[in-house]
Amino acid sequence: MMTTIRMQPTDSGSDSERQIVELVVKRYDSRKDALVQILREVQAETHWLSRKVLHLVAAAVGLTPARVEGVASFYHFFHLQPVGRYHFLWSDNVIDRMLGSRMLARELCRLLHIVPGKPRQAAPASLDFTSCTGLGDQGPAVLLNQHQVLTRLDELRVVEIAELVHARVPIEEWPGEWQRVDDQLRRPDVLLASPAAQGEALRATLARGAEATLDEIVISRLRGRGGAGFSTATKWRACLHSPCPAHGGRVVVCNADEGEPGTFKDRVLLTRQADAVFEGMTVAARVIGATEGLVYLRGEYRYMLETLQSVLEQRRRDQLLGRQILGVDGFNFDLDIHVGAGAYVCGEESALIESLEGKRGTPRIRPPFPVERGYLDRPTVVNNVETFCAVTRIAQRGGAWWSAIGTAQSSGTKIHSVSGDCARPGIYEYPFGVSIAQILEDCGANSGAHHAQAVQVGGPSGLCLATDEFERCIGFEDVPTAGAFMVFDETRDMFETARGFAHFFAHESCGFCTPCRVGTELVVRRMDKLAKGHGSIFDETELRELESLLHGTTHCGLGATATNPLRDTLARFRPAYEQRLKSPTFTPGFDLDAELAAARRVTGRDDADAHLVWQE
Amino acid sequence: MNYFTLDGLEVPFEEGDTLMSAARREGHYVPHLCWHPRLGQSGACRVCTVKVNGRLAAACTTRASADQMVENRTTELDAKRRLLLQMLFVEGNHFCPGCEKSGDCLLQATAYEMGMTGPRFEEFYPDRPLDASHPDTWIDFDRCILCKLCVRASTEIDHKNVFAIGGHGIDTHLVVDSPSGKLVDSRFSADDFAAGVCPVGAILPKRRGFVIPIHERRFDRAPVAEESWLENDASTRESTDDTGGHDEGA
Ligand SMILES: Cc1cc2nc3c(=O)[nH]c(=O)nc-3n(C[C@H](O)[C@H](O)[C@H](O)COP(=O)(O)O)c2cc1C
Ligand code: SF4
Ligand code: SF4
Repeated sequence: MMTTIRMQPTDSGSDSERQIVELVVKRYDSRKDALVQILREVQAETHWLSRKVLHLVAAAVGLTPARVEGVASFYHFFHLQPVGRYHFLWSDNVIDRMLGSRMLARELCRLLHIVPGKPRQAAPASLDFTSCTGLGDQGPAVLLNQHQVLTRLDELRVVEIAELVHARVPIEEWPGEWQRVDDQLRRPDVLLASPAAQGEALRATLARGAEATLDEIVISRLRGRGGAGFSTATKWRACLHSPCPAHGGRVVVCNADEGEPGTFKDRVLLTRQADAVFEGMTVAARVIGATEGLVYLRGEYRYMLETLQSVLEQRRRDQLLGRQILGVDGFNFDLDIHVGAGAYVCGEESALIESLEGKRGTPRIRPPFPVERGYLDRPTVVNNVETFCAVTRIAQRGGAWWSAIGTAQSSGTKIHSVSGDCARPGIYEYPFGVSIAQILEDCGANSGAHHAQAVQVGGPSGLCLATDEFERCIGFEDVPTAGAFMVFDETRDMFETARGFAHFFAHESCGFCTPCRVGTELVVRRMDKLAKGHGSIFDETELRELESLLHGTTHCGLGATATNPLRDTLARFRPAYEQRLKSPTFTPGFDLDAELAAARRVTGRDDADAHLVWQE
Repeated sequence: MNYFTLDGLEVPFEEGDTLMSAARREGHYVPHLCWHPRLGQSGACRVCTVKVNGRLAAACTTRASADQMVENRTTELDAKRRLLLQMLFVEGNHFCPGCEKSGDCLLQATAYEMGMTGPRFEEFYPDRPLDASHPDTWIDFDRCILCKLCVRASTEIDHKNVFAIGGHGIDTHLVVDSPSGKLVDSRFSADDFAAGVCPVGAILPKRRGFVIPIHERRFDRAPVAEESWLENDASTRESTDDTGGHDEGA
């Protein structure tokens, strides 16, 4: 046993909790709508959110304790039970798993004498799994205390990590190299090859005028890059024409939640083109007449916060943000960064707004749409990081220039986050219309050791394509995508891929509506049953029925797309299922023999008669 | 007057109506669990899923408009509803024969109406401790279907915020607002509107066992689809009258 075990909070510890809460709440002017930020910052100090802390926060912001508990228990990154001073969140996307992440997690647990998901009292470390952390091109990746990231884990590093934990070395003293995040920019095009935006787009916007700038966006035919592909100009115009309530004007929100597994292009855009993102938001503000902006940065990207804030500071100094932008009277716009707390559903724009308001990330009923009634009931434009980048370049170079790139229904370029079985994972920007085969060739998916059998385009909520579809093209008219491009070679079991994604959706369901809350869990149970070898043809019928139910009856897009991987792999990789569905008669998932284990233990028997003969 | 059609019948609606509120005012039955005429919209249970011009949508959150052709009681839609009900049954612990709410329960009555004959899916058998702390009312979380009617009632009508929702995904659960988390320490009272709004047997008065015998209960008198709606709802218009509180599942 180590002797330096930290004590549980004592009474004086509670006093310090009170001080922490007071300090953080004061920083946010006791604003209820800052609850998620307040909880994040309190937890950064207290390590977990005890009932006592939640009650202190509730009293300080004027909410009921139950409301605060409801919010805290919604987000994956808030701990309502104690965790270790070193809390590892293991990225659990299939891509990380293909890189051996699960085996490494097991090894670290063994070395630290801990069990995943079950923090042990007084243990210095704890470990759990989390959805994709957006580092699939340099995984296996781990999030440490919801702040630092560790990339490119391997067996040696796991041993070294265990040693540092045993020696209680503060994280700040861990090798910086372990936290290195590379951009892996493989194919830049007009967005990623542009120099940092330094106000050119704003000057062009001011010269042209707000209305004419909106016309340029119309001419560009820009469609949103967050997934749905809605016309950006139409969205802005709707917001512009929505009346504002008395308590506040229009709002520009940048969706940097990037929760779709296998997507990391926004991470690279925020690293290399943060100025273009902020400038695009400022152009939007000029067009719709907004003075306030918010960036919703996913909790997994917390490590970028200080850098992004320094970019904002610089822009304020350069008169590109703040009051009287570029010296123009009345052109006032500033923005804040809100850090998420681990919830994929908060990428959905109305759930994102709820989260910005300090609530549970439950998607709203629409209409009213955010452009009519969004953040704090004010007309709000929500766009993806990449969309704002494109806006900057369009404002700078004109709509016709952008419209000339790409295809008839999909203008411009699209950035892809390539990961999985390929020689050169990373970031690839192509004009719309590029074929799947081209991307596969460029990333080295069919060279040497690799031979692609499938690509998951747009993440689990997108499409899974097999070899005979590799000539299909990226674009809203054929294969739409929000930016993920995960490659699977012929050694991969596509049933296991779909099972991993099924777990992802069940893990991320917000729990609001019946079909998604219960349905995703039922799908997981079926898939697990098949994986354990208890599958029968009846399970396929049920899976198909669940698939069809979720498609259309859910409250939001999460549930509606949750069975896409199941649907696609059933259609394209049936043999992977057939070997698991061979029993023509019903096989229960319930393992009677295993259930008798306790009885055997009690009676001290383990002979043949104490077992049921379980037939295939 | 504007109209939409519901299974071929014309239904008049007013500005601001949802498909559900307009249909109910005219006495039409659209299956539902989490909708209540006096409470704000939710859209959580999805049992009111209908087809609007061929597209699936929840009747309780879809605004009525004149060009809508709404399909409601079709074989296809009732089959979907049956699946949703089966999901709710296996998610919690519903032992109808031993439940005081049996016969008055909207979940049970709707399941009968949809022709549900068994649970179909494996039971989850969740472990949800009972809250019997309050002198007048007990909460059996086993039966909670997360419709949030009590949450909305306590907030919108009682102005007490006794209930909230916690957790996410399959761990979503009802939270009671009190220092101990128990009902007895909350501001809840048996006279609250929230005390009578639960459509299932999750929030029930104590010491009221089988006052009305089985076979004489609400849904024994008439199946849910044939109930006299106007009689049961105090008003399907968003009423300001606080006396008619005991409609759905009272
Ligand atoms: C479950 C779910 C998750 C989503 N996640 C994201 C996300 O991480 N980033 C994003 O930009 N859009 C996401 N979206 C789409 C947003 O709702 C919204 O359409 C988008 O931010 C609009 O921006 P755009 O028009 O620029 O694409 C998600 C949608 C759903 C249903
Ligand atoms: S489909 Fe329903 S349960 Fe799933 S995330 Fe959306 S609102 Fe929540
Ligand atoms: S206790 Fe009853 S009213 Fe409240 S959410 Fe559960 S089922 Fe609905």
